[in-house]
Amino acid sequence: MNYFLTEEQQMLRDLTSQIATEKIIPVRAELDEKEEFPHEIMKVLAQSDIFGIFIPEEYGGLGMGSFELCIAVEELSKACLGVSTTYAANALGTYPILLFGSEEQKRKYLPDIAAGKRLVAFALTEANAGSDAAGVQTTATRDGDHYVLNGTKQWITNGGEAEIYTVIAMTDRSKGPRGASAFIVEKGTPGFSFGKKEKKMGIRASVTSELIFEDCRIPKENLLGREGMGFIVAMKTLDQSRVGVGAQGLGVAQGAIDEAIKFAKQRVQFGKPIISFQAIQHMLADMATQVEASRALVYAVARHIDSGAKDFSKVSAMAKVFATDTAMRVTTDAVQVMGGSGYMREYPVEKMMRDAKILQIYEGTNQIQRNVIGQALIKEAAGKENG
Amino acid sequence: MKIVVCIKQVPDTAEVKINPETNTLVRDGVPSIINPYDLHAVEAGLQLKESLGGSVTVLTMGPPQAEAALREAVSIGADDAVLLTDRAFAGSDTLATAYTLSCAVRTMGFDMILCGKQAIDGDTAQVGPEMAEFLGIPHVAYVGGFEEIAPDGLRVRRQMEDGYDIVETPLPVLLTVVRELNQPRLPSLKGKMKAKKAEIKRLSHADIGADVERLGLAGSPTQVKRIFAPEAKKERKALTGTPEEQADRLIEELRGLKCL
Amino acid sequence: MRIVVDVELCTGCETCVSSCPYDAIVMKDDKAFINEYCQLCRACLEVCPEGAIKETETAEAAAGTADRDSYSGVWVFAEQRDGRVADVALELLGAGRRLADARGSGLSAVLFGADASEAERLIHWGADRVYHAEDPIFEQFNDEPNVELLSRLIEEHRPEIVLTGATPIGRSFFPRVAARVRTGLTADCTSLEIDPETGNLLQVRPAFGGNIMATILCPASRPQMATVRPRVMKRGEYDAARTGEVLKIEAGGVTSRTRVAETIKEVSETMVNLQEADVIVAGGRGLGRPEGFEMLEELAGLLGGAVGASRAAVDEEWIPYSHQVGQTGKTVCPKVYIACGISGAVQHLVGMQSSDIIVAINKNPDAPIFNVADYAIVGDVYEVVPAIIKRLREVKGR
Repeated sequence: MNYFLTEEQQMLRDLTSQIATEKIIPVRAELDEKEEFPHEIMKVLAQSDIFGIFIPEEYGGLGMGSFELCIAVEELSKACLGVSTTYAANALGTYPILLFGSEEQKRKYLPDIAAGKRLVAFALTEANAGSDAAGVQTTATRDGDHYVLNGTKQWITNGGEAEIYTVIAMTDRSKGPRGASAFIVEKGTPGFSFGKKEKKMGIRASVTSELIFEDCRIPKENLLGREGMGFIVAMKTLDQSRVGVGAQGLGVAQGAIDEAIKFAKQRVQFGKPIISFQAIQHMLADMATQVEASRALVYAVARHIDSGAKDFSKVSAMAKVFATDTAMRVTTDAVQVMGGSGYMREYPVEKMMRDAKILQIYEGTNQIQRNVIGQALIKEAAGKENG
Repeated sequence: MKIVVCIKQVPDTAEVKINPETNTLVRDGVPSIINPYDLHAVEAGLQLKESLGGSVTVLTMGPPQAEAALREAVSIGADDAVLLTDRAFAGSDTLATAYTLSCAVRTMGFDMILCGKQAIDGDTAQVGPEMAEFLGIPHVAYVGGFEEIAPDGLRVRRQMEDGYDIVETPLPVLLTVVRELNQPRLPSLKGKMKAKKAEIKRLSHADIGADVERLGLAGSPTQVKRIFAPEAKKERKALTGTPEEQADRLIEELRGLKCL
Repeated sequence: MRIVVDVELCTGCETCVSSCPYDAIVMKDDKAFINEYCQLCRACLEVCPEGAIKETETAEAAAGTADRDSYSGVWVFAEQRDGRVADVALELLGAGRRLADARGSGLSAVLFGADASEAERLIHWGADRVYHAEDPIFEQFNDEPNVELLSRLIEEHRPEIVLTGATPIGRSFFPRVAARVRTGLTADCTSLEIDPETGNLLQVRPAFGGNIMATILCPASRPQMATVRPRVMKRGEYDAARTGEVLKIEAGGVTSRTRVAETIKEVSETMVNLQEADVIVAGGRGLGRPEGFEMLEELAGLLGGAVGASRAAVDEEWIPYSHQVGQTGKTVCPKVYIACGISGAVQHLVGMQSSDIIVAINKNPDAPIFNVADYAIVGDVYEVVPAIIKRLREVKGR
């Protein structure tokens, strides 16, 4: 279907698709097997200007928007979710600086990020703070011209590989949610170290680690926005990146259905290619329809965000929840269509199924997304009653 | 350092098939691409520019469509692009092509010329060395590595059948490169956008001070008398007998097909 | 030769336009017209439903060499490395003799470097005369001294035909000679014949990545130069009693701007890139043990090829992954693919089925590999391959 891409958007799709085909697909199985961080691919993305897509031109980026970011994420996800998670998490970690950074902070960090010279990670989650983000216990205590950070962050994507971390910590416990603040912490700061690297079900090329802060002193200039704004920073950041997760779901689902169709055309049983059987055709039809619906929703939401909309929590939650639930169903069905072969590591779909699961969990579980949508519906209804 | 890279737009011969009934080429959907060896030459030029400074200009002799190949080279990072196009060039064999390109390059000025080892349609590997001869400069063919790069000379690896030689050459020089030299980079987004708007300089035979008698068909000592399909696949043959007999027959067959 | 559209027969259906890989066909006044960018690939000829596209003889010819007909003699430039003449030179003497006999002229060899005994060898292998330059400058290969001296000899002695091997050396310096002497050079010939009508050299070579063959002429310029692929021509007979003339050539004043600082030899199996090899000898599970690959390496060495493997052999760790051919390995397209003990599962076939000639050796007559093989040998790899090796050694004389 024609989604009316501009010439530049089509160029971007062609380029990221070329990168996916030539650089990611040949090594994805090995990266997954060895749980190896995709250093070389990150270099290729940097050289091709992909890291700069959503960063304003004045900081060395290309000044494009969420829609373009979704195109890039979609194409990378078709090839490997581990790689696209590494890339997408980088964007996630950049948004706090982009949305709330001062001019000095932006000029200090954004150019290197746009050039792909330094990777970024977003650090919110803790052992006691998952869906309940307010449960954050990492503290940041003001001490003269510094803040001192103490605490542990859990399951941080790009942890250890990134050089720039946007960290949410409590500056005033007594104020509850309004007592959190956002900070920029650089790798190599004394008192900042990394804990274990997690072994995961999927997205094994992506690195997920613990961050440990022990009396880690950072300059007061590293505070993002004002004290107390921490959760606002986090919520706005997640709002912004949510549609990108939808794009990941869209990409992996498309990749899975493409593999399933390719297989079904040449696998012969009972004297015919299995794609000639109605059972298979119906499965593929449902898969394709859901993927197209995901695409339409993700693209519409991305364009809505780029149009300057103020409040897009509900629709971005819808895009995330729909595209990622679809991705799980479609990748599972792809394995089913391919039967025994689908289960074998020799074929790419079992990895896609293992990878897809995380999309329903991170950046706000799909249960939380439904809460968000529900709350928004209530608010809208109340508004209608009153207005 | 002014680096000129000569490129050629070719049909993707890996995708070209022969129609088994008519024994002719089937074109359908075969894309035109930059000759793969030339991509390695462009990459080499970009890397040299990154170490020594200067510029990379890509040059091609071809029909107007060849502009697409030049733009692709710009999207990968080339600074300028020149299209040598003129009816007078048509029908050129390698000698006339090399003459034409060397006239152009002389007017452009250069410190180094890079070429891919051969074009995948012509497969001759002649144009590079012939250009060097017309320009009166040394050349090194089959460069598979750079040992040392300095503004006044290079040490390169020249691939031979049984290993490689380390060859020292002064500048200016022409190099033809093989795949092992480097991994060509992919285009960048900024590059693609620049390539779209890039101004391609066009040169005709008058612009390059060429002697008309040495251009095109008139300047081509070789000509094609006949084109035909290679021997079609024979019927499958079962080779029977003792292992010695089977070995004998196999070798006989392969020699008959000029494979041994 | 030219390809033209007969406008009387052309109906303007435009079928030919999309068949041209060079976009050389345009419509003019509703009739197809083949413009100057035509590369003579003939793709359009067969697609025309009216048969309106035809080949014609080329009208114009290049000006050519003055005194063309005074050029006479067949020369073989005998490449030498480390003082030893390359095998391809001996093969070219075989071909050269046939050409010289057809022209009623003599066969000479040109040797730069090496010593008198190598020059003598060239006589024994068929040369009537050897132009031999012994000079330290030829100990290492640099293009310019060879170009300078060979060009001088050509200008002085005016041979009609000059051949050399299509090797890294030949393909590097011969084009410079052709440019200096302003004559035609045809690369990579697989066949050379004299046209009985015109006396011209008919040079046949592959083009379009080997998809088609072209017969090339150099009618007006002299000498007619060609490089020839190794292992294509047959050597002549070695005659230890044969005598001939060895002329000492002075390499006076010949210089080189390039210099070979060092020569590194590498073990042959790593050098031959699997995807560029003309011949691949591949082993699979049927080999039964890793030692089987030693035997295949020997065969590959004799054929100047590379060793490949099926996934099964790689998984067994009999050979590194870099040799794997197939869906999860490399895709190859050599002239000859010899599959030893490979069953021919689809995943392997995908990587090699477009090879020009497929030879399959397998104990199992029902192995799927035999469906794609041009030559089917049902047998024990450990009996057939040694037999091939033995026979090859006999044939090659070593």
